[in-house]
Formats: sequence, structure tokens, C-alpha cells
Amino acid sequence: MLSVKGLKASVEGREILRGLDLEVGAGEVHAIMGPNGSGKSTLAHVLAGREGYEVTGGRILLEGEDLLDPAPEERARKGLFLAFQYPVELPGVNNTYFLKAALNAVRKARGEPEIDAVSFLRLMREKLKVLHLDDSLLKRAVNVGFSGGEKKRNEIFQMALLEPKLAVLDETDSGLDIDALRLVADGVNALRSPDRSVVLVTHYQRLLDYIEPDRVHVLVHGRILRSGGKELALELEEKGYGWIEADQEGEAA
Amino acid sequence: MSADPLAENLVKAEYEQGFVTEIDSDTLPPGLDEDTVRAISKRKGEPDFMLDWRLKAYRHWLGMEAPKWASVHYPAIDYQAISYFSAPKGRGGPKSLDEVDPALLETYEKLGIPIEEQKALAGVAVDAVFDSVSVATTFREKLAEAGVVFCAISEAVRDYPDLVQKYLGSVVPHTDNFYAALNSAVFSDGTFVYVPKGVRCPMELSTYFRINEAKTGQFERTLIVADEGSSVSYLEGCTAPMRDENQLHAAVVELVALDDAHIKYSTVQNWYPGDEEGRGGIYNFVTKRGDCRGARSKISWTQVETGSAITWKYPSCILRGDDSVGAFYSVAVTRGMQQADTGTKMIHIGRNTSSTIVSKGISAGQGRQAYRGLVRIAQRAENARNHTQCDSLLIGGQCAAHTFPYIEVKNPTAKTEHEATTSKIGEDQLFYCRSRGLSEEDGVSMIVNGFCKEVFNELPMEFAVEAQKLLSVSLEGAVG
Repeated sequence: MLSVKGLKASVEGREILRGLDLEVGAGEVHAIMGPNGSGKSTLAHVLAGREGYEVTGGRILLEGEDLLDPAPEERARKGLFLAFQYPVELPGVNNTYFLKAALNAVRKARGEPEIDAVSFLRLMREKLKVLHLDDSLLKRAVNVGFSGGEKKRNEIFQMALLEPKLAVLDETDSGLDIDALRLVADGVNALRSPDRSVVLVTHYQRLLDYIEPDRVHVLVHGRILRSGGKELALELEEKGYGWIEADQEGEAA
Repeated sequence: MSADPLAENLVKAEYEQGFVTEIDSDTLPPGLDEDTVRAISKRKGEPDFMLDWRLKAYRHWLGMEAPKWASVHYPAIDYQAISYFSAPKGRGGPKSLDEVDPALLETYEKLGIPIEEQKALAGVAVDAVFDSVSVATTFREKLAEAGVVFCAISEAVRDYPDLVQKYLGSVVPHTDNFYAALNSAVFSDGTFVYVPKGVRCPMELSTYFRINEAKTGQFERTLIVADEGSSVSYLEGCTAPMRDENQLHAAVVELVALDDAHIKYSTVQNWYPGDEEGRGGIYNFVTKRGDCRGARSKISWTQVETGSAITWKYPSCILRGDDSVGAFYSVAVTRGMQQADTGTKMIHIGRNTSSTIVSKGISAGQGRQAYRGLVRIAQRAENARNHTQCDSLLIGGQCAAHTFPYIEVKNPTAKTEHEATTSKIGEDQLFYCRSRGLSEEDGVSMIVNGFCKEVFNELPMEFAVEAQKLLSVSLEGAVG
């Protein structure tokens, strides 16, 4: 599904990603963990095509197709979804209107007809229920006046509607209390399918108690230094990141 | 006049319907003196009171100077180089659409305007443009049933001299300001509306139905009087950009609301803003004022200003009657080289008066704009209330927005609130939209329309939809 090779990227001339490799198979859930400043969020933004993140080397393929050249909206239409760490407020823009426009843009790219109002409403209600979100959310402006938890759940709700091939969740667990975390996890789990892959970017092992990953990668200084099964996350929880860095230096020496 | 009886009949028929007031008009040579004013009045067949009023205004204007306080820049205007009375069409305008700025034509295409209408808007000489006469006739019959007068002001001067004499200049006196004085002396034509006591005007009144008079626009004069307990909604302008060979536009609009009367005045102004360097754009220097003369009366201004090279305009409310209400909702867009100094004045005189100001300014390109608003609470205006909200949105790094609020309170029971924000169209907002599959243009349009929502909500439904579309087209390509 996703293939990243030797990815190098800088922000304002500072190199953050230094030759990152990542292979995510169809239907797999991969967790990217790592200390602050290791490049986790940069990876998420580079995947989505945010301006200001300069790719200086390597390649990214989504289903064998180049993902680096297309504009952010084209990537979204190809089936990439980024759940933001800090979802953005759009004052005056109705949530339902926004979602319908987004869904239709994606459907159009897939060669599907525009969704009619009735089917769309039914679809939304169905997805809302999964995330235990209130109907009133649909009448409000995008993320305006939402609590932190509502914003994160709204991201997952959008993901559920847009049905991406690859979902990248950028610290979706940060700032969530345990109940909200469970709801978000339920939402993500409900979306797991053999033809959808998920990349979870997270600080803490806690999210992985609810979303069981196929692989766990540890990102340090812009490179993946260690990969393993879910037990790696538990090891990290226990020992912190220090031992991997120390290990690495030992190997280098 | 033609000797052909058929042609003569046609001419008369049109005249009776009141849609063409000058038939065989010609152009006065450029220049302005008392004789010019007399000549205009004579050609319009005006009664003496009208000529006297025009002359008073002219004499007063001679002693005045053009205001310099506005935050706009343009070369001095030579008032002796302007022709103050011109034939309605075909003079100096483009001969065909081939001669019209291609950028303008592109905009027409995007707004989906039919080709014949494009010609009219671009100022190309055409004969019958619309079937508006028959449409309008139906409207007039319906209005006449309700007793509503809706006609050209030159017609009203002749047919309803008492009403005109009583109300004209009663809100914006001929001495008011430089442009208003000039307008009073030389106004060409405009609209007159009178809604009798207790009548709810049965339809939205719109200048659109009188589009074949659009060429009277240089010094337009509008007077709307809503008698006790009546109500009326008036729409001015249209969303398609209009070209005009006259660069200076100095209109005056006066609204009078008597006891319990409501007037809602909506404008979509989209005059030609000039080419990329700002050449040939319209200077729009307008005086608009409403007088809530009666108790519990209400006047509300809603404007969407996207056109003109320079806009200088402050639709205002004088809240004279006790418990009267004034409102001002505005969206102003400046892009390219456009400049706008716009806002409102709310003058609270009566007791328990309240006013609301919502101003949304959008600047892109090298556009410059200023919000200038005055809230004045007079000494006897017990319990006056004002809420002002004034937001600016900047697109790109070369535009500018300024806010000049003036608040004068002379009564201790008054409550006034002023909120102002300036924000840049967020790169993060735009990226958020794009990451959901929306194109950059759709994203900008969505963010901008969201920003303006409170104002669009005040527009009549159909107008609001058009205004949204207009805004999207105006700002196309403004980002990145």
C-alpha cells in the first residue's frame, strides 16, 4: 500500500527526516512512535503534502504510484487521509456542507456520481452513531467551539465518511481522556479492513491498548531505528526511548 | 421627433411605462456652471422648486472642497472636464464585445451571463436588450394595486411634486458634503419609492427591472419614503460587473421611515474595478443615509461591495424616533489595485434606540481598505445600544486593512460594544480543506464565504446565492 524509501525532508533548511524507510501492506496498522522532535509529525505532513516541508531525497509510493508530486487535494482524492493533531477551525463553514463537498470531490475522482442529499444524511447519521457524536455537530461550523475530544472524534468521523485507502493519524490520542480515547479507537477499529491501511503516529503506548498494531516502528532523529511487533511498544513503555538511541550508538561504534 | 407614426407610438408607449425618460437627449458640452444646471432642469421639464433647489446646491458646492480625510489615493478630478448631461447610450462606449477588456468577459462567462446581457453590462450599444418592459409592467400593476409608487425620480418630480418637495434633501441636505452637493445640483436620474401608510410592499423592489435606465447612473438620486406602519425591501445593483464610460459616480440615497415603518436596503455593487493596473475603474463616491424619523421605525443597510477602483461610502442611520433600530451589514472586497474607505454612521438621538454594525472586509492582491465607523449617542438618547463587529480578512502579503472606529457618547446610560479582528486567510485552514480533497479555489471560496456568512444571511435569498458566487469569482486566483 504505502512504500517510503530513503525519505529526506527539511523544514526551514533544517533536515528533519534523514533517510526514512517504511513499508505498510494493505490492511495493516502500523504505529510510529518516537521521542519529541524525532520527526513523527513531519512524516505525517510530508505524506499529506503540506507546504513548507521540503523533500530533498527519496520517494513515496501509494499503491505503486508516486505520491510526492501530486498536490494535497490530489493525494486526498487518491485515497490518503490525514487526521490532524490540531484540527483547524473554519468559522461560518457548516460542517455538513464541508463534508459533503469533500466527499463529492473524492467521489468524483473515483469516478462515482455525486451523493444525493438524502443518502448523504443517512450515511452521516450512521457514522455519527459509531463515534457517539451528537447530531448537532452537523449544524455547527467546522470545529468551531468543539471541545478537544470532539475535534479529534470529528476527524475520525470525516475519515469514516471519506473511506480512505491510507489513513495517517497524527497524535490523535493526545489530549483525550480515557473515554474519548476509547471512542476514537472504536471508530478506527470499525474502519479496519483488508484494503485499508492505517499509520498511527503516537507518543504513548496507551492508544495501542485499544488499536492493536501489526507493526511498531521507532523513529529517532529522522530515521526508523527499530521495528517490531506490538511487544516493542510495551518494551518502549517500560524502558523509554533512551536504550534504542544508546543501542544505535553502540552499533555504530 | 420622428415623423413615422409607428415609431412615435412606440416612443410614447415606452414613456408611459416610465422606463425611458429621455428620448432624444443629446450631450451637453463638458463644464459646469449655473447655465449647465438650468439646462439639465429644463431638459427634464422640472418645476421651479426643483431648479431653485439645484441652484442652491450648486452655489453651495462652489464654496466647498473635496474631502481629503478618506484613506484613498487618486489624482485630482477636473469637474469642468465632465459632461453633466449625456445621451443615454452609444457615445464613447465600445462598439462590440471585441473591444471590451477580456478579463471582464471571462468574469461574465463564469457568472453565466447571457451574451446580450453581457453587451448591456459592458456598455456596448444595443437596441432591445431585455424583455424587461413587459415584466416590469406586470410588476407595476401589482404595485399600483397596493398603492406603492415606484418610478424614476424625474418622473416623480413631475407626478408627485408634493412628496418630492417634502422629502428630497430632508435626509441628505444639499449642503451635506462635497459630492452630495454636486449630486443635488446635477443629478441625472434615479429611483423614487413611496409606500403608503400600513402597506407592506408586495414584492422586493429592484433596480434590475429598470436596467434600461442604467446609463443614468453617474449622478444617481434615490429617495425612498416608507409611511407609517409600512415596509419595503429594496435591492440595488446586480452581481455582474458593470462598465461605464463615466469614471466618477456620485450617488445620493435617502431613506425616510416614519412611525413603525421598516426599510431594508440591499446593495450589490460591482462596478468595473479597472484593469490590472487599476486603469479605467469607476470612482464610487456615494452618500447613503436613512432617517428613522418615526418611533419604532427600522432601517437596515446590507451591502456587498466588490467593484469600483475607489469606493467612498458610509450608509448611515439617524435614529431619531424613540425605540428605532438601525443596522448595517457589509462585505467589502478589494483586490488588484482597488481601494475602499467604507463604513457607517449610527446617530442615536431618540430614546431606547439600538444599532448593529457588522462589517467584513476582505483584502487581496494590493487592495487597500479601511473601515470607518461613527457611533454617536446624543445627550437625550437614554438607553441607547450599539454593537459593532468589524472583521478583516487578508489574503496574500501585499494588501492592507485599517479600522477607524469613532465612538461619541453623551449619555451615561448608553451601552456600546466594539469588537474588531484582523486575520490572514490561514495557510492551515487552506491546507485543511485541501487535505480533504477540496481544490484550492473551493477552499478559499468556502473560507471566505464562511467569513461573510453573517452578512449574506441578511440578504434576500436569491441575492445571497448570487453574492456568494460573485465573491468566489472575484477572489479566484487570489491565493498563491
